[in-house]
Parts: sequence; structure tokens; C-alpha cells
Amino acid sequence: MDLDREALLKLYNTMTVIRHFEERGIPETGQRGMSASVHSSAGQEAVPVGVCANLSDEDYIGSTHRGHGHCIAKGVDVKQMMAELFGRATGPNKGKGGSMHISDMSKGMLGTNGVVGASIPLALGAALTSKVKGLNRVAVAFFGDGASSQGVLHESMNLASIWKLPVIFLCENNGYAMSTPSEYGVSTTHISDRAQGYDMPGVLVDGMDVFAVYDAAAQAVARARSGEGPTLVECQTYRYYGHTVFDNPLTYRSKEEEDHWRARDPLNHFRTVVIPQGEITAAELDQLDADAEALMEEAVKFADESPLPKPEELYDDVYVDYPKDMMKRGVNMSI
Amino acid sequence: MTTTMQPTGTREIQFREAINECLRQEMELDENVIIMGEEIAGGAGRQDQGVEDAWGGPFRTTVGLIQQFGKERVLDTPLSEAAFIGAAIGASSTGLRAVAELMFIDFIGVCMDQLINNAAKMRYMFGGQVKVPFTMMTRIGAGFGAAAQHSESYYSIFSHIPGLKGVCPSDAYTAKGLLAASIRDDDPVVFFEHKGLYGISGPVPEEPYVLPLGKARTVREGTDITLVGISKMTWTAFAAAEELAKEGINCEVIDLLSVSPIDYDHINESVQKTHRLIVVDEDTPVCSMASEICSRVAEEVFDYLDAPPSRVTAPHTPVPYSRAMENEYMPNETRIIATVNKLMGR
Repeated sequence: MDLDREALLKLYNTMTVIRHFEERGIPETGQRGMSASVHSSAGQEAVPVGVCANLSDEDYIGSTHRGHGHCIAKGVDVKQMMAELFGRATGPNKGKGGSMHISDMSKGMLGTNGVVGASIPLALGAALTSKVKGLNRVAVAFFGDGASSQGVLHESMNLASIWKLPVIFLCENNGYAMSTPSEYGVSTTHISDRAQGYDMPGVLVDGMDVFAVYDAAAQAVARARSGEGPTLVECQTYRYYGHTVFDNPLTYRSKEEEDHWRARDPLNHFRTVVIPQGEITAAELDQLDADAEALMEEAVKFADESPLPKPEELYDDVYVDYPKDMMKRGVNMSI
Repeated sequence: MTTTMQPTGTREIQFREAINECLRQEMELDENVIIMGEEIAGGAGRQDQGVEDAWGGPFRTTVGLIQQFGKERVLDTPLSEAAFIGAAIGASSTGLRAVAELMFIDFIGVCMDQLINNAAKMRYMFGGQVKVPFTMMTRIGAGFGAAAQHSESYYSIFSHIPGLKGVCPSDAYTAKGLLAASIRDDDPVVFFEHKGLYGISGPVPEEPYVLPLGKARTVREGTDITLVGISKMTWTAFAAAEELAKEGINCEVIDLLSVSPIDYDHINESVQKTHRLIVVDEDTPVCSMASEICSRVAEEVFDYLDAPPSRVTAPHTPVPYSRAMENEYMPNETRIIATVNKLMGR
């Protein structure tokens, strides 16, 4: 780990911004009647933050339905994200995507994705672009333990391995695919074991420890950039809440289990490692927490004050070029 | 350049050669064009044993490309359609113009998610932030004893999906011009090659050209009834029209060419003149291109119709293996002529 004071503060700041976004943004979205498809990544902050600290805007990531943390860690504007959740025209997707499709091509963010495993080959394609054009970019495919059993992951790992593509398969194993425990759904002891089948390194990482994630990602990114090919990294982590806001996780897991993981909270873990080293004080980190809280206040205000999309924008951006009247020809629309 | 919908010049090449020539020219013109798929070169990784391309594609449409453009731009893939078609979509959204080949449309089930949930929707879901200039080349068509999993004509499925475009060329000229248009287009396009057209020759200009996506063409003018053909069925309709001409019935034959967007105006204009319509479609009938065109014509030019808009299609069955049944399955001239006679009240 070669992180200076500024880099350390940035790690913590990004984690606390994600935590505050999830804790504030999700209920605020629900209060506006738009909560159906929002998934909290609270508890998992160390993973996207540790990984994306190794990437630049030129590098790409593909994300999941539980992707707010990936977006924030990759640099997507938090106020715009809040606006997207609220269905406002000022969201990065102009209100057409919502939580499960947030994207920002200027930040190399290829979209959160509502279909489990679907974004993996998109990251593969971004890595292929880099290789064909000689751009020295890498791509990270984030996915969960549920997606680790999707065929498209296995096809993609095989293809990335034979073509030596600069891609990192980054599994966030939070223990559950909806309510199905990963020890039920995954045939191997660890998901990282599956790397052996594709002749690539498989790395098992404590996903509650941002430094461990950072180091593992740094190695995988270096391997990818040097043309040696892909790595599978499994980060063991935990989601503090249910699959969505609608399920009670205590119907499929115990309070003791939740307490065990909350005791290993990634933000607290950061504090216990860094504060004793003496360069960064608890007060500084408290201030970052307070700043994140204020940022959310600002983001909610920005989103609320933003205009809604015009209903007729429904027809925009289906294609780059298509006869516009075809979208509504013969279907008796009101506009 | 966009050119007329009818070929000029005298050089004749086969449908398969027109596709090959187009790919070669588009890859010469734009270094961002790459092509990937199963067996598109063949014998991948055996260069050390003197193998360049073992076949150049199962129908030799991609022969010679790897020698000219190298294995960085001509990529043989393992049998992983979800991964390589998804990767082509990802590559197309990050700076390349990727062409991927799905060997037969019957295999679409294993990779459909990438087409319907990524290629078709990314631009929309992202609020217009991304273009996906992706082309999927694939094969359709029965009539070869290839049975139910290598013979379907599933183009209407793609017409149904907002965000995708689709074209069904009917001859060498339209194959070259529409493939060039598909590759240069900034939206995802599915390019449907009928296996029964590969060996048929026709006039094709040597220089690169594009034909417009979304435009039908009239291949035979007539006054009594409009026959709309799709892909190879254009020529089955054309042959029926020639037969009917001997009996004094003058059919207009339209070659649909584009299955998304559909050129309804071209069809409407013809029906306003002939007052009758038959769509000849090799696909099965339910929720088909044929039913779509009939319903639009009924809605939009109802007052001009002297007979119900009608269809000659495959039956609502999978494609059978035995020729005894497959011949019955395929729409043919006899069925078209009988339907024309019925609508003409003869």
C-alpha cells in the first residue's frame, strides 16, 4: 500500500459519501414514490472504493443493480445521481434510467445494470477496445455472488483468458443472491476458486478492508495493463439491508450474523487502522462524515428543485437516427 | 454515397462475394471496424502450422479477411455467443464499430439478453450518452433439410424491439449496400442473410456504396395487386407475378429490405394504387412481419382496399426435416397464385 495522506482521506471520503447516499437517498426516493427498484450497497463501500482508487476516468467499469457505490467511486456526480433517482431531467440519464441504469460515459461508467451478469461482457468489450486501439485502459466487471453462477460470466472469463484482455472480474460476494445464501448457490468453497478453470489468478480478499481491496485491485490492474490478462478477485462483504427496501432480511438471516458483519464496518475499520498511525485524526474523519451529510442535503435540494423530464422526451434517444413518427405511429398516443 | 435502389453496371458477383467485398472495403475504410464470431476465419491459432483461414466462415462470407487485416481485427471466438456478442456491444459503445456474426439465427436464445437488454436499450437508458454502432450478421432460411434448429427466419422478433434495426437483403446488390449501411450506422443493426441467396449472382458496383436503411423498393410494377416479399420470398413473389401476368393479372412486387424501420409509406402508396395486398413471408404467421404489415395497411389505407389484406407465410410449426414436409412448409408460387386468384375473385 502506497497511499499518502491525501489518498487516504479520499478513500474515507468516498466511502462516507456512499454510505450517506444510501442512508439518505434511498428513503428520500421512497418518499417520492419511486422506490421500487433501488438497492442499497451500505456495508459494501470498501469494495468499489478500494478498486476504483486504482482507476482513472479513461478506465471503464461495468456495474450491477446494487451500483450506487460503483458510480460514486468512479466519480459520477452525487447530486446528479440523486436527481436520477428522483426521476429528474438533470440526472446523468435524464430520468430515463433510475438507480439500475445510472451511467456516465465521461467517467468510464458503463452503467449499473438491472440484469444480473449482463454488464460483464460490456466490460469485456471495453477491454477489447483498449487492446485493439492500444489505449492501455483496463475494464473492471463488477458482479455479485448471484451472477457468479451466470453462464455469461463463465463465457466471459474464458474469452478474456484466451484473448488476454485487460479486464478484472470483480466479485462482490455479499453472501446473498436476493435471499439465497451463496453457500447454497455456489458449488466451490470460494468463488475465487473458479478462476482455476480459466487459467487466471483467483484472489480472495476481505471486502470490509479497503486497504486489502486496494492492494488486490492494484495487482490485478497492473497485470491487466501489462498485457498479462484477466484476474478474478472475490471480495467477501455484506449488505446491511435487504435485497431491496421491501424485504426483511431477518426472514433469511440472523441478527447475530448481521451484528458480526456490522462489527467489521469498513468505515470503522479504516478508522481503527489509520488513526493510530497519527497522521489523520478522528476529528478530520468526523468532518468528512459531516461534509457528506451536508452534501446529501444539497443533493436532495438540487434534485427536488430540478425539472421533471418533459413527457414527450419519452420518444428521444431510442435511436441515433430513426423516423420519429414510427415511435407512436398508429398507437393513438395523447402527445 | 447513397445510390439508387436498383443496381447499375455489368459486373456480376455472388451474394456471398458481395458480403465479403463489403466487409473488406469497410475494414479498409475505417480501422475501427472489427469482426468476430465462430469460424469466421477457422482453424484459429494454427498459423504456426500454415493455417490462415480454414474456411473463411461456414458460407465463406468472411474468407480472406484475416490475411488482410490480421487476428487483432478478425477474431475467431469460442462457442460463447453471450460473451462475444456482449463484448462486441461493449466494444461498440467504447470506440470501435464491431461486427459480430451469429452463425444461425436459431442460436439467438443463448445471447438474446445482450441484444434486448444492452444493445437495444443502452442509448435510451443512458439518456442518449452513448452510441452503439454494432452490427450483428446472422443467417435465416429454410429449404435445405437443415431441420428446426438451423432454418428459422426470426426477423420479426427484432422488429418488435425498440432500439434495434434490421435488414433482409434479397440479392447481391442490396447485400453489399445494406451491409455497408449497417456497419456505418450509429445504431445496432441486425443483418439477415438468407442461406438460399449465397450462390446467386447479380450486378454489383465495385466501389463502396450504401443503400438507405428503412427503405423498401419496387422490383416489379403492377396495377392489380401488391405482393410484398421479404428476403428470398421477394423472388418467389416475383416468379408468381410473372406466371400471373400470362393470365392477364398485373402484380406489383415490393422488396421490403428493411424490417426495422418498416417502409409503410412505400407499401401504402402501392396499395392505394392496386387496392389489394398479400405479404409473402417465410417466417411463421403469428405476430409476424406479415401480420404487422397487414394490420398497418388495414388501419392506414382501409378505404382503398377491395379485399382483406392477406398473408402467404410458413405455417405455425417448427421447420420440419424431411423434404416431403419442408416443401409443404415453404411459401411457394402455387400458394401465392391461389391467394391472388381468391382476392381477385377469380
